[in-house]
Amino acid sequence: MSSETKQILTTDGIPLEVSLKKAEKKNKIKAFLLVAPLLMFIIITYVFPIGDMLMRSVDDKMVTEMLPKTFKSMEKWDGQDLPPEEVFEAFYFDFQKLIEEEREGKLSTQLNYTKNGFKSIIKKLRRKSKSFEEGNYKEQIMSVHRRWADVEYWRAIKRRAPAYTYQKYLKGIDMYENEKGEIINVPEDRRVHRILWMRTLEIAFFVTVFCFLMAYPIAHLLATLPMKYSNLLMICVLLPFWTSLLVRTASWMILLQQQGIVNDFFVMIGLVSDDNRLEMMFNKTGSYVAMTQILLPFMVLPLYSVMKTISPSLMRAGKSLGGTPFVAFWKVYFPLTIPGIGAGCLLVFILAIGYYITPALVGGASGTLISNQIAFHMKSTLDWSFASAMGLMLLSGVLVIYWLYNKLVGIDNIKLG
Amino acid sequence: MALPKYTEPHYRIWHYVYLTICAAVFFFLVAPLFVIFPLSFNAEEFLVFSDGMKRLDPDAFSLRWYQDMIYGTKNPWGLAAKNSFIIAIFATIGSVILGTVAALGLSSRHMPYKGLIMAVLISPMIVPLIISGVAIFFFMAKVGLAATHTGIVLAHIILGTPFVVITVTATLSGFDHSVTRAAASLGSDPVNTFMKITLPLILPGVISGGLFAFVTSFDEVVVVLFLAGLENTTIPIQMWTGLREQLSPTILAVATCLIILSTLILVTAELLRRRSERLRGINR
Repeated sequence: MSSETKQILTTDGIPLEVSLKKAEKKNKIKAFLLVAPLLMFIIITYVFPIGDMLMRSVDDKMVTEMLPKTFKSMEKWDGQDLPPEEVFEAFYFDFQKLIEEEREGKLSTQLNYTKNGFKSIIKKLRRKSKSFEEGNYKEQIMSVHRRWADVEYWRAIKRRAPAYTYQKYLKGIDMYENEKGEIINVPEDRRVHRILWMRTLEIAFFVTVFCFLMAYPIAHLLATLPMKYSNLLMICVLLPFWTSLLVRTASWMILLQQQGIVNDFFVMIGLVSDDNRLEMMFNKTGSYVAMTQILLPFMVLPLYSVMKTISPSLMRAGKSLGGTPFVAFWKVYFPLTIPGIGAGCLLVFILAIGYYITPALVGGASGTLISNQIAFHMKSTLDWSFASAMGLMLLSGVLVIYWLYNKLVGIDNIKLG
Repeated sequence: MALPKYTEPHYRIWHYVYLTICAAVFFFLVAPLFVIFPLSFNAEEFLVFSDGMKRLDPDAFSLRWYQDMIYGTKNPWGLAAKNSFIIAIFATIGSVILGTVAALGLSSRHMPYKGLIMAVLISPMIVPLIISGVAIFFFMAKVGLAATHTGIVLAHIILGTPFVVITVTATLSGFDHSVTRAAASLGSDPVNTFMKITLPLILPGVISGGLFAFVTSFDEVVVVLFLAGLENTTIPIQMWTGLREQLSPTILAVATCLIILSTLILVTAELLRRRSERLRGINR
């Protein structure tokens, strides 16, 4: 609307354009105010804490704050030979302060993570330092224990100077930084986490494949049957969906145990002998079977909602144009279901990759996943920063898949029930 | 799905193979749930069908595990059930209120940054529970709400709102906004319009979102495992502990009750969904 043409005015004499913009802005604010409470709630109680996890996973301030003077004086030390007297002096004063605050035990634990052997020499230093004389701290500290005269230990202390570290992430993929600052693999026999990551991916992948293979025919059947039958069969899909996860896991524990019904059945049909019953629980088989059944509804529902929209006349058209039913299915029907396949597979994969309860109960030692490791470090070793690092590594993987999902189907196209 | 008469034999065979596969998958889905029923009435302590049960001998069945569930000594189930219901009810109320109000804003065509905000609001549903559990635990520990009912309720509101947001936005997508304008032009204020016009129309969506939130809270164990103290034990926590330590038939009695509860919820949810589709004029 150019200014030369006569402007349209509202009854108040304000140009219509201005008035409309104002109304638009008001509506925007109104809409935003409705969303604001939940958005603030989620940001404060959920998004920030995930950020807090990130901070924890790289945080290494503890030692930095315990030995402020030491690290300051170490800045000039090149790390080649033993540090000069001033470093020893600074360390002595930092250490005295820690003894006053009764925190020297924490220091020894922390330094022991970096290099084994600190625990005993710090205890010894604590005892001996009471009778230290003023001046020449280097000699006095070195005489406490020969390890205090070993430059390796001073280098280990210096490595704890930065307030941030990525060690926990390295540990998560079984790597570490050695004394020279090189990043190397943990010896083969001590690698734990890589196996777990691979197993998590493997189980999530195969559970997704199994779910797809099982869900496709029944989703097709549900979508093509007349309503009165399909509604009844739909209950078979929805009942497990609404039933407690623990109940379903419990039922698998009953079925798969050695004296369980599945084994009874195998013995009855002569597949295995009675004294040679299969072990299907507390191993990978247990995880596979239980997870597939539990996640199956998440594959059926998106597939069904896509298949429901495909007109049956398309298949008839394909057949009438000379295609065999298989060709018609493969060339016409299948391509139309791809959005549903994408949605279902990504949904199941995302859920499977973060599964915790079922693998912990039926997986045993060989069927546990990365989530179990995270829970273990949260509850048993209390290494929360490591748990956070592993959690974030898992989360970044999930976010990539989430982003893919959004690209393929759109996040607001998720359908429930 | 009757086949036409002219179907060739090998397609006919394929068709029956297909139906058999479908039947097997449905069996795989549902059968495990039905193992629990008979075993929960087992008179013996073992979780296998006794010979008496196989012969349908009445003496082999009993209600002792149900009695144990209700009257058993040092029984955790009463407290757990009470906690579970209290937590789930408050979490549902919180999720429904916050989620519905947010969905109203999100469905407005004036809403800025819709996609981004939606992604943030739905994130608790997509992020693996174990990570949510760790993050929420850190938050609750910091503000001193760990091992309290309030903390668990708040955690479950976080996990429950995405479901409410999704179901209510879906209901609102078929909502005719001219009715609210009509109400406004007749002199109704926005709150009155919402209570008298909008809410009754979107109620099926709100309730089914609420059911999702309820089930999420009632069945949630990962986050509670991090948050709960001894006083806050819930049914899923008790089941988890029971399943880890020793599979006792009492757990199966509880599981049977839970299956009955979930059947009731399923029926309600289905009826609501159909009503909602009828109201929105979607004919399938």
